[in-house]
Order: sequence, then structure tokens, then C-alpha cells
Amino acid sequence: MIFDSYRSGDSVLHRMAPGPKLLSLCVLGTLLFFFDEIWLAATAFAAVSMLYPLAGFGPAVILAQLRPVFWVFVLIVAAQLLFGDAAFGVVLALRLAALVLLAALVTLTTRSSEIVDALIRTLAFLRPLGVNPARVGLTISLALRFLPVLARITGEVREAQHARGHGGNPVATAIPTTVRTLKMAHEIAEAIEARGFDD
Amino acid sequence: MIQLDNVSLTLQDRPVLRDISLTLSERRIAIIGANGSGKSSLARLFNGLVLPTEGRVRVDGWDTAADGRKVRRAVGFVFQNPDNQIVMPTVAEDLAFGLKPLRLDADEQARRIDGALARYGLESHRDHPAYLLSGGQKQLLALAGVLVMDPAWIVLDEPTTLLDLRNVRAVLDAIAALDQRVVLVTHALEHIRDFDRVIVLDEGRVLADDTPGPAIARYLAALA
Amino acid sequence: MTTRDLVLIALFAALTAALALFPPIALPLTGVPITAQSMGPMLAGAILGMRRGGLSQVLFLLLVMVGLPLLSGGRGGFGVFPGVTGGFLISWPIAAVVIGLLWRRLGSGIVGQVLAVAVGGIGVVYLIGTPWMAVVLGWSIDAGFAAMLPFLPGDIIKALLTVAIARGVARAYPLR
Repeated sequence: MIFDSYRSGDSVLHRMAPGPKLLSLCVLGTLLFFFDEIWLAATAFAAVSMLYPLAGFGPAVILAQLRPVFWVFVLIVAAQLLFGDAAFGVVLALRLAALVLLAALVTLTTRSSEIVDALIRTLAFLRPLGVNPARVGLTISLALRFLPVLARITGEVREAQHARGHGGNPVATAIPTTVRTLKMAHEIAEAIEARGFDD
Repeated sequence: MIQLDNVSLTLQDRPVLRDISLTLSERRIAIIGANGSGKSSLARLFNGLVLPTEGRVRVDGWDTAADGRKVRRAVGFVFQNPDNQIVMPTVAEDLAFGLKPLRLDADEQARRIDGALARYGLESHRDHPAYLLSGGQKQLLALAGVLVMDPAWIVLDEPTTLLDLRNVRAVLDAIAALDQRVVLVTHALEHIRDFDRVIVLDEGRVLADDTPGPAIARYLAALA
Repeated sequence: MTTRDLVLIALFAALTAALALFPPIALPLTGVPITAQSMGPMLAGAILGMRRGGLSQVLFLLLVMVGLPLLSGGRGGFGVFPGVTGGFLISWPIAAVVIGLLWRRLGSGIVGQVLAVAVGGIGVVYLIGTPWMAVVLGWSIDAGFAAMLPFLPGDIIKALLTVAIARGVARAYPLR
């Protein structure tokens, strides 16, 4: 993997297998929606926050996860102050914070490749429906391989637009760029077949 | 041995190759010809990437239309654009990609990957993203990706066209050092002076099929 | 699914990610920022069709889910789905499928194509994303849709751009 949000560590949460971790996220995330009393939501938030030290993360990591959704908390509380009851706004905000922290914890303690592998293993159950895990795995790898390539192409397009003083026609740049990447896709498909992938 | 019997190829209603019969068994064979003469299509017939519209292509007796798997194991293919034949994100993963269909045990797989990395000086790039390599290194990685599969033939379609001079040299040296039988499609006539056989294509037909001296002379005469 | 289909699915998943790299443009008058990324599902549906287009967006969301920072502003991971924009993201595969389906059904005329992209890329996206946003924020659904109005002009521009690009691409490099 080229980049992900994983932070290395050796805690119980890091060592836990990705499958059960994802499953607990789903179950706990759903349960949270039934916590509509302020003290329940607060307990959930506190409990999830306690998991961070368990994973070896300090308060700074918790704040870093919540910072992107800060303005959402403001919107939630503001709306309830205006139209509803403030207490419900606090419940909503606490619930969202707990959910975001819980989800982020999974991402922080699990390598992307582990999650991908777990998903591909899960997909094996869909084999009777015509899903081929090896082909899913190939497609994921290809997407990862394309990310830096397309980021570079995007950079080139932005430079070209900049060089023309932003007056460039976006459609006129997008069409040849898209055609170029489609041709690339065609050649890569040919190279994959030449190496006997489908045999 | 690669054998073509009365092969014709039509792509999108356009005749690309017309009634070609060839038997290839030399160690170093070059295919030259103008753009659009059918060189690349001919090369793609050799490992079953393209199937003939008429006639038959056989590799060591295996028909490319019926025994595609055996043919692809016997004939490796290196493309023109080094960027577009690297499939996986990192160097070692890409080498492992071609080995997957061979179902080797882990030790043999590791041995082959290590060998290929060492052969082309890519050991230190093992876990690097492949897109960060130079054009020449990418082309060597593509060649390594084919070599790990241990084919009897290696077909290269203009592998040096997009490279700068220093990288052209590195790739040509690598090709010269191959134990396999080589079919090289190229525009660079100076690269094939010591080849065993040169096939000249013109508008989908074989214009000349000879040793380099006479074949190249015939090609240049046809251009003039 | 041929090998080429798989490559195209991967390509448009990566393309959707790359669109996040274009800086947001503020619309005149309202100043509402429009981002290029939501053109990902529009282009995927219009160029790749419903099956490959839809799967490309599923793959994109999968990459986001596993923690790659591919969304506008460098966000990613499971945490984005319970958030305000979660519903919009979830709607993208469905949007691509609807666009791909309508694009074929409504013929090759430019009006039908604009309609296909608008219904899938705006209609479906708003219908799924807005209630989700309203629930997260504790707003009424009406308030949610009212809040989306300023974004509508930008999304219409994106739909028109998508049609123009997809038509040009189809002429220059027809995909089967």
C-alpha cells in the first residue's frame, strides 16, 4: 500500500483480526442509534474514548479524528437551539462523535491491506453468485496502481489550465485526457492477458 | 518452434495481415516494416493475444486458438510502453503477479523473484511503487516479469521506442543476454545487425525474409 | 466481465479519487464551493455504463472505507460514512447505475443524455444524501433539501460538463 491512515502499534486492538474488528464496528455502530438518552450517549462516547489509550493513542489523536467534524457539531447544536431542544442536539453530537471515533479507531489500528484481504476472503462466500475473489483482488490492486498515475495526470491538467490563465475550456482538456487513460486501460488489459492471468 | 500456416488477420473490417506462412526457430529474429505494416499484430499472434481470422498459429505444436494457456506460458510478451505493462503497485508484487497462474510453492516463487530482481539490479526497489522507476528500469521490470515465468520465447514489441539513449542501451544489453529465443519488433535497424533472421513486412505481407544484410537492404530499397 | 472491464472499473475508481485534487471553485453570487469529485459517478455512469460504472464507484467507496484519504480535503476511513456527507457517498454507485441505465434507454440525443445524468447524478444523489444529512444534523428533511438548494447550480454545471465530455470521448474512443 502506498499510503493509508494506519498508525503502527502493538496493542490488543492492533493484534485483533480485521474481520471481528469490522463486525464489532457494524454492531456497535448500529446499537448507538438506540442510545437516545443523554447519559447513555455520554457513556458511549466516554467508553469509545477509553479505547484510544488502550490502543496506545493519546488525546491528541482523539482530537485529530474529531476536528474534521467539528463544524458538524456546531450545526447540530445550533439547529436544536433554534428549532428544538438543546438536550437532543447534545445527544446527536455525542452519538456522532462516538461513531466517528469508533470507526476511525478501526482504520487507525488496521492496515489497509489487511482490510482488503479480509474483504476478499469474505467475498469467497459469494463465489456461487459468480464473484471471483482473485479478480476482485486484481481490480483493487489495479486501482491502487492507478492512483498515483491519475494524480500525476491531474497535476499536468491543472498546470496546463494554469498556463492558459484559467481561461482554458475544461471539456477541451478533459476529453483527450480521458481518451489517453482509456487507451492506457486497454494496453494494461492486454498486458494482463499476455501474462496469463485468466488461465 | 512457432509456425504460421496461411494466416490472415482482419481487425474492424480492415485487412491487417494477408496469407502469411512462416516457421520460426532461430534464436534471434527481428520483424521490421513501416508503421501500419502489421508488425505489432504479427507479434501479437505469437502468444495468442490476437487470434488469426484465417489460418493457424502453433507454438511447439500448441494451437494459439485452442491452447491459449500453454501458448502464453511458452511465449512471453514485452510491450512498447513500459508504464502500461506493470500491473501491480509495487515492484515485487508485480513480479509475483505473473507467477500466480503457475501455482509454484512459496520458496520457488521467492527464488525466482529474487533472481529476477538481482539480474536487473532492482533489489533495492523491491517494495517501491513501480511508477517511481525510470523508464528503462520499468522496461527491465517488464522483462523480468516475463522472465520469472520461464518462457521458451520472448516477443518484444518496440521495447526501446519510448526510452532515452542510455536506457535503450540497458534494455538492448538485457535482450542480448537472454537465453530464450527472441522475436524483436523494431524500427531501429542498427539494433538487429547480428540477428539470425529478419522478416520485413509491407502492407500485411512478407516483403523479405532473410539474413540482416539483404533483408535490411530490401527494406531500404522499398522505402526509397 | 473481461479483463478490460476490470481495468476500466479500477481506472474510474482512481479517477474519482483524482478528481478530489482539483481545488473547489466558488460559484459567483452565492460563493458556494463546488468540488469536482461528485463528477466521478457521473462520468463513470455516462462513459462506462451501468455495470462497470456502478462497480467503479463501489470500489472507490471500498478504498475510502479501508482508510485511504481519497475524499476532497484528504478524508477517508470508516468515520466518513456516519458523517454528514455519508449518504451522498453511499448514493454514488446507485447514481452511476441509474445514469448508465438511462443513458442507454434515452437514446443518443443530447437532451436524453443530460436528463440521464441529471436524474442519476443529482436526483438520486440528493434523494439519498439529503435525508441522511438531515438525520445526522437532527434537522427536518425539508430543512435539509432547502440547505441543498445553493449547491444545485454547481451540480447542474457538472452534469452538463459530464455530458459534453462523455460525448466527446465516445466519438474519439468508442468503448464496447
